[in-house]
Amino acid sequence: MEVLFGTVKELVALAEEQKKPISEIMIEQEMLITKRSREDIVAQMENNLTVMESAVEQGLQGVKSTSGLTGGDAVLLQNYIKSGKSLSGDLLLDAVSKAVATNEVNAAMGMICATPTAGAAGIVPGTLFAVKDKLNPTREQMVNYLFTSGAFGFVVANNASISGAAGGCQAETGSAASMAAAAIVEMAGGTPQQSAEAFSIVMKNMLGLVCDPVAGLVEVPCVKRNAMGAAKALVGADMALAGVVSRIPTDEVIEAMHRIGQSMPSALRETAKGGLAATPTGKALEAEIFGKDKPARDTVNS
Amino acid sequence: MKYRSVFEIIGPVMIGPSSSHTAGAARIGRVARDLFGRQPEWARIHLYGSFAETYKGHGTDVAIIGGLLDYDTFDERIKTAFEDAAALGMTFEFIPEEEEADHPNTAKIVIGDKQGEMELVGISIGGGTMEVTELNGFPLRLSGHFPALLVVHDDRAGVIANVSNAIASQGMNIAHMEVGRKEKGKMALMVIEVDQMFDETLLNELKALPNVTQVSTLAN
Repeated sequence: MEVLFGTVKELVALAEEQKKPISEIMIEQEMLITKRSREDIVAQMENNLTVMESAVEQGLQGVKSTSGLTGGDAVLLQNYIKSGKSLSGDLLLDAVSKAVATNEVNAAMGMICATPTAGAAGIVPGTLFAVKDKLNPTREQMVNYLFTSGAFGFVVANNASISGAAGGCQAETGSAASMAAAAIVEMAGGTPQQSAEAFSIVMKNMLGLVCDPVAGLVEVPCVKRNAMGAAKALVGADMALAGVVSRIPTDEVIEAMHRIGQSMPSALRETAKGGLAATPTGKALEAEIFGKDKPARDTVNS
Repeated sequence: MKYRSVFEIIGPVMIGPSSSHTAGAARIGRVARDLFGRQPEWARIHLYGSFAETYKGHGTDVAIIGGLLDYDTFDERIKTAFEDAAALGMTFEFIPEEEEADHPNTAKIVIGDKQGEMELVGISIGGGTMEVTELNGFPLRLSGHFPALLVVHDDRAGVIANVSNAIASQGMNIAHMEVGRKEKGKMALMVIEVDQMFDETLLNELKALPNVTQVSTLAN
């Protein structure tokens, strides 16, 4: 398969040589690989953007998951922002609340767009709809935000993993937060290299994060990990825009994430057997939701 | 490369809560349904690894049944797939397995009706992307990225040439091709991924070839 880029180094070099934003390189690669037209590709991404918008709106109205474990926190956060007492800043907290909103909708089996996964679906849209109020992007720039996120995610997915079962939460919310940081930088007018720096700074702070969902549900701690992922994405983007660089190149950070994932025991890779899932309260919640005796063999309607 | 499109990273649009355990699972079910070519009357689904441990919480079970009913990842009817299957008279059974599979998110789907049955092993590799790794006991790698033809045939000289000639005569290009057999001279399987969509003419032509016993298709 012919590709334009397989690493972040190649991606940044292409963008710099051709004086194009990373989002544009991603669109060109998509055209090359899928043989689809630009209009078609952009229209599909715009549809994804619309799905993300609806999910945030729905979450901000307040939703509750069937298990009852999550829901309603996005509303609490919005009310707190309105009180004017926020210490970390309105924009940051807005991103956090919108990330939470998306994941609460996801946990309630609502419709979302995976970025790169459903469990990490809050971070990219959460940050986008928060920085939107400050940067006033056009609709096209918002779509490009998703292409830039996708370009970095593409490298991670092919060189490491974006699956919690394979690489832990660092592969899911870690990837999402790093992708978002890179996209924020581009939207704010930073260089392709600064996008890469932002990605590295955030990913370095996500390394080692395990996937330990209570009762196997994409709720606890997933929703709050999306919240913190959004916060890290914004701070990482600000750091890169300020001129801070990563000592370890992005592709090596991604490789490190991959290796850490491979050495993670299976109990900490989405099996709900370790970490928070194995705490007394985690187990009690599981028993409460699914009943004490998990049947070994499950027969339904047969 | 495991992932080829940006929409595997920003996407799919789907019903929550998990891209690998819900959307990927629905896609495995739907590919099985596609290859079977009709609505199965019964299904037996073996789950391995993380699928076996957490399938209830992630809606993996309703998603696979939804896929077997031909629902897409964003189809709201996934939520009522159990009831919908019952209404159609399809029976099903989930069997969480203890043994380890090569991939943590593995499902073996056995489906059938009065006319026949089919066994498919699929893995959900993350972000809603899946691969078929085994079909009726034949190991293979099928991503679902391209339209594909699956030809079951007797292991005889000339069958592969006949099939590829038939494809070439339609002006079609083969993107990827794999041939496997269980035993010399016995049943063999050809998996052919092509660049364009194929039509009924080609399928009928393939079915009519000597030593070809079954032709299934997988649309992109």
